[in-house]
Amino acid sequence: MTVKEIIEKLDLKCLNEANLDAEVAGAYASDLLSDVMGNARSGQVWITMQTHKNVTAIASLKDIPAVIIVRDGVPDDDMLEHAKDEDICILVSKDATFQVCGRLYELLK
Amino acid sequence: MHYTFDIERGNFTDAGRASSSVKRTLKHLGVDPANIKRTVVALFEAEINAIAHAYGGTIDVDIDEGKIVMVVADHGPGIPNIDLAMQEGWSTASPQVREMGYGAGMGLPNIKKNTDELKIDTQVGVGTTVTMTVYFA
Repeated sequence: MTVKEIIEKLDLKCLNEANLDAEVAGAYASDLLSDVMGNARSGQVWITMQTHKNVTAIASLKDIPAVIIVRDGVPDDDMLEHAKDEDICILVSKDATFQVCGRLYELLK
Repeated sequence: MHYTFDIERGNFTDAGRASSSVKRTLKHLGVDPANIKRTVVALFEAEINAIAHAYGGTIDVDIDEGKIVMVVADHGPGIPNIDLAMQEGWSTASPQVREMGYGAGMGLPNIKKNTDELKIDTQVGVGTTVTMTVYFA
């Protein structure tokens, strides 16, 4: 499943269009950045409520194509800027982590 | 090849600058992706540790054939008990740092897991130097 298909199926808001045709290899949900750094795999989508620039730094280092921010979180301006520079897709869901994970799990399992 | 980067106290905006640059260089050199991943995880964690805990410092990176050596040297409080610091879950991070999603006590363990050699020289009240080596072979 591609990032674009996930946007449609989960009704996500897209704040930075990038990697729309990237194949999503799974997802990792965590708000602890070292947990993501240590355990997320490349090609996974990252679900989080963190909204600062280090999120895109980690996404870029780990080759994570898209970040889903939960509960209508608003990314910091410098995070969005950085996402544009690094080609990271930034998505926003109105739902909380549990619902986003559940729906994504159904799609990707 | 030698690179140097500065670390500024509390400047999280800059975090990942050294790791990104090293990642680009290693990619360019054709180092295999698994070793690039190990290297950047370790370097990013060391960058964050210095930004979060120290009062400034430098990162020196040397890339030779078959290996990379990264030395993160800071002026700072030092680590009073290295055994505790190496324990997963142990952290002395401030509430502000924790709010950003750091301070889970996973930084040094992540560094250990992702490097082939790790040396920590620390002096309380003076600073800490973390030397990390990853072999590409």
